Amino acid sequence: MIGLEHYLTVAAALFVIGIFGLFLNRKNVIILLMSIELMLLAVNINLVAFSSFLGDLVGQVFTLFVLTVAAAEAAIGLAILVCFFRNRGTIAVEDVNVMKG
Amino acid sequence: MIQSDLTVILPEIVLALFAMGALLGAVYTGKDRLASLILWITAAVMIAVAAWIGLTGSGTNVAFNGMFHDDAFARFAKVAILLSAAVVLIMSEDYMARRDLLRFEYPILVALAAVGMMMMVSAGDLIALYMGLELQSLALYVVASLRRDNAKSTEAGLKYFVLGALSSGLLLYGASLTYGYAGTTLFSGIIATATEGQVSLGLLFGLVFLTAGLAFKVSAVPFHMWTPDVYEGAPTPITAFFATAPKIAAMALFARVMHDAFGGAVGDWQQIIALLSVLSMFLGAVAAIGQTNIKRLMAYSSIAHMGYALMGLAAGTAFGVQAMLVYMAIYVTMNLGTFAFILTMEKEGQPVTDIAALNLYSKREPGKALAMLVLLFSLAGVPPLLGFFGKLYVLRAAYEAGLAWLAVAGVLASVIGAFYYLRIVYYMYFGEDREGLDGGGSALLNGILMASAIIMLVGIVNFFGIEGAAEAAAITLVN
Repeated sequence: MIGLEHYLTVAAALFVIGIFGLFLNRKNVIILLMSIELMLLAVNINLVAFSSFLGDLVGQVFTLFVLTVAAAEAAIGLAILVCFFRNRGTIAVEDVNVMKG
Repeated sequence: MIQSDLTVILPEIVLALFAMGALLGAVYTGKDRLASLILWITAAVMIAVAAWIGLTGSGTNVAFNGMFHDDAFARFAKVAILLSAAVVLIMSEDYMARRDLLRFEYPILVALAAVGMMMMVSAGDLIALYMGLELQSLALYVVASLRRDNAKSTEAGLKYFVLGALSSGLLLYGASLTYGYAGTTLFSGIIATATEGQVSLGLLFGLVFLTAGLAFKVSAVPFHMWTPDVYEGAPTPITAFFATAPKIAAMALFARVMHDAFGGAVGDWQQIIALLSVLSMFLGAVAAIGQTNIKRLMAYSSIAHMGYALMGLAAGTAFGVQAMLVYMAIYVTMNLGTFAFILTMEKEGQPVTDIAALNLYSKREPGKALAMLVLLFSLAGVPPLLGFFGKLYVLRAAYEAGLAWLAVAGVLASVIGAFYYLRIVYYMYFGEDREGLDGGGSALLNGILMASAIIMLVGIVNFFGIEGAAEAAAITLVN
């Protein structure tokens, strides 16, 4: 029997993978965007699992909002990334280093 | 039913419709040629909405089944947000126009960010909180990289975006746990579940993640690493914007979540916030010492100031919230003046951000140097000025709430922090003589600088009455 805790475990694992992806990745900014997306999707699993468990629709409504905002966020992130690429000619994470301190 | 709900959020609707109308109008007609006009109209609309909210609002109105609260607390924050955003817009016009940055999207994005901030401070529900926060953040990511042909500005935007999205993710994870373990997203429902000593482990995890996400937005240590880079990379007027309105909104949202949703379990979050506060104050004070770029220095200064504002919140009392609001109002006024000065720092038409360029500034511009001296003393918290009374307020709140160690730490950090403000004063008055900055600067910027400095001197008489408003605001939030 698959219960609430299984869903929560999967979501927590995905969320942690997302965070590690953000901090350990040294290669490509696109991977950062994917990690962010992974975190948001982990949250969605959480919300839907809780919604089903509680018998309350608000969680699923919240999920729809999160999905919409995540799409807008990805669009803006990619737009900024394109501007960055035009200026620097690279999207490697280690090259995001004009400012330090 | 729906009509009364819409009446409550009418100011937000007006501002949002204005922003969308202005966007459509500008796209189909003059585009960037209209930028200056739109900027002035946006500033005027924001001031008008602020006056409308401040003068006609009364009582506590709840809309959309508790999702949206229009109370004295929200109105105080909204007036401060709208006025500071309008002042920043007015300050930026000349600077942006001369550097060919004055695009018509800029005032519109600021207006949309302001709508998001107004949503945030009025949120009564986790969904409303998230939507307001994202509306604000998405607009801010774009304005940070407004100078899109410049490597620094786009890098600032990219860093802000990645870390901002991470913080939204943390906040959202906290929101999902809170929803699951409290069974509702409404703050009024969460507070019924989260009572002192009865907070379940899941809810506690939710609280910690929510706090981490919010700490990112107020740039509290250890979630501050984006601040110096974003402040340095973004165009200066936009840095001025980042240092003012979003900070008020994020602090007000912090207070609302902590008191409206978790107000029954003060003991569970008090220590976390006290820790954030003490770390911010010390890191802000110590890390700013080695800075040579005045925008980076202001970033560390704002981190330290957020530490003091969080000290008021850590008290967990109505007086603490009142102290936090007064502190934020004073902080924003000081910062607007300081950034007006930074905007006038130019050499042969090019912006200069190196502190060493201020050498013997007082010889060339005695009036402006004196005004800046007043502001820097006030930022450092030197006694006869308003900044000192702001600090005194939060220290008293912390002391009265039994956090004497936090108040002592605040005094120590303030003494350390005074060093770097006074170093600028030293450069201006006793530095070595070398080629300095251009004189002058627009009358508008000089006027704002002078006005801010005069407020710091005159405000000590009665705080311009914001004490009473802040007290009323705090009492509606904490009860």
